[in-house]
Amino acid sequence: MSSAADINRPNVASFARHGALVAAFNVLIALMLSYVTERPLLLQMVYSEAIGLSIWAFIDFGRFAFPRDPRTGWPRGWRGLALTLVGIVFGWLLGISIGDAYCQCSTWELLSYAPRRFAAYVTLTLVVSALISLYFYNHGREQRHRAQLAEAEGEASLSKLTLLQSQLEPHMLFNTLANLRVLIGVDPPRAQLMLDRLIAYLRATLNASRATLHPLSAEFARVDDYVQLMKVRMGERLLPRLELPSELAAQPVPPLLLQPLVENAIKHGLEPNVNGGKLIVSATRDRDQLVLSVRDTGVGLGESSGDGTRFGVQQVRERLVTLYGDKATLELGSAGDAEGGTMATVRVPLYSP
Amino acid sequence: MNASALIAEDEPLLAENLRAELISQWPELRVVASVTNGEAAVERALALRPDVLFLDIRMPGMTGLEAAQALAEDWSDDAPFPLLVFVTAYDQYAVQAFERQAVDYLLKPVTAERLAQCCARLVRTLDERKAAPQAVQQTVDQLRELLAMASVSPAAAATRLDVIQAGVADTVYMVPVDEVIYFEAADKYVRVITANKEHLIRMSLRELLPQLDVQRFWQVHRGTVVQARYVQSAHREESGKVVLTLRGRNEKIVASRLYAHLFKGM
Repeated sequence: MSSAADINRPNVASFARHGALVAAFNVLIALMLSYVTERPLLLQMVYSEAIGLSIWAFIDFGRFAFPRDPRTGWPRGWRGLALTLVGIVFGWLLGISIGDAYCQCSTWELLSYAPRRFAAYVTLTLVVSALISLYFYNHGREQRHRAQLAEAEGEASLSKLTLLQSQLEPHMLFNTLANLRVLIGVDPPRAQLMLDRLIAYLRATLNASRATLHPLSAEFARVDDYVQLMKVRMGERLLPRLELPSELAAQPVPPLLLQPLVENAIKHGLEPNVNGGKLIVSATRDRDQLVLSVRDTGVGLGESSGDGTRFGVQQVRERLVTLYGDKATLELGSAGDAEGGTMATVRVPLYSP
Repeated sequence: MNASALIAEDEPLLAENLRAELISQWPELRVVASVTNGEAAVERALALRPDVLFLDIRMPGMTGLEAAQALAEDWSDDAPFPLLVFVTAYDQYAVQAFERQAVDYLLKPVTAERLAQCCARLVRTLDERKAAPQAVQQTVDQLRELLAMASVSPAAAATRLDVIQAGVADTVYMVPVDEVIYFEAADKYVRVITANKEHLIRMSLRELLPQLDVQRFWQVHRGTVVQARYVQSAHREESGKVVLTLRGRNEKIVASRLYAHLFKGM
């Protein structure tokens, strides 16, 4: 984010680089002109630098007076072209004034006694300035393009990493392994079952981004893996119930859509509650909508520690928008009955073949 | 007499396993109680006076650190303070702090080897302590550092409160924080005390704290935060507690031994 802002702000280093490049080019022109016209090199140098740097200053600083296109760093459309032309005219006028003041002569007199030389100077100025401007324009566009590309890549991998981190939360993983280690000693068959659940959970988490949709029964199976892992850890404090009517089992849903909501319910609702509580995950049909709800009887929204919840919910919202646009919704609120706790409800269009 | 231990761990399998492994590695140790949350840990530890306390960090309700704080504040000096061993699955900042403060800790899954090291160290410390009894002070100093670490959470960039909005029936009272003499935790609520009024807000002290200016509002006890300019004088008692006399209120409030260091002459 910051790099895009930086690149559009006037930047001393880039001005210095441009200025130095222009000045160096002016030296070449002066050498060439002095060789061709056989006039003193110093004089040519003063004219050349005065004209070149004036034009450069008009254009390069003038860019910041206009709203600029973030893709190029130049004023948008015709304004960029106009700026270049106006910059060349004014820069040239300022440049020859400086040169004339130095040699105490007048370039305008050339018009009367050497009109062709005058025309040649003007043409040279125009062509060289236009070429340099074009070079800077292309160079700036390329640089910005590269910066934006790198930034977009960075953001994408960061969001992927955050997603993976939120799913493979180390605290959950190490606590699960600690329980597994104990079970291996005291109850090997149960340890094996728990390990199978952990494997299924890990496989689903690592694969989630690859498949676009899977049947609701598969989604409930993944939720069950996670819930059973937590059940080993929390014992009687976690009372889960999964309700999936058989006629909805084949409904296609995005994989692990419910996972963050179930994790929130346990992590922020039930785990902080001394007595734990119920977790109810259910699917129902409401006319042409599939309604998935995750409800806990834990501490409720006010007590939970903001950030973690928000990331999970935001992630679900983003996936819904990507897949269904405005046809899907996610509501998060207090469960409005005596048992308290939190209720998350997802509504997506019902699929009818 | 043999050493005694109390285990506070909310996951039943892990609690039972820690108990079994402790018994096999340290047969003389008596595990006097195993509890599943912080509040129970404090209550049982105060009653049973164990020599060693194994505290899981993430537990429902009070965390292990908060339980240690509560225990240090309420501990009476006639018995040595329990040796603390914190247990955690993954709290990298806490682990760094434990290392710095040389506080014992175990990482889950707990390996037999690591537990043996920990037990050996505990036995040694208990022996040393028998020879030369130590005050609770050293533990208090360690805990103070650990709590300071825990309160600097990166997410705590909350905005400062200017006015406390306290609702009573259909009316909301707007109480400027300048006028608040002290806040006191009352279960899930906080009592807001001014010179002539008292309000109750539905918020825990833990949630309120990040919204207060720490320069002006000093936590003096796990349940009390006082506005420094309303403290008239602080009187140190032999127990290590400091009793505060307030401007504008007749009652006195107590700063626990964890916060007594705040009240020193300049």
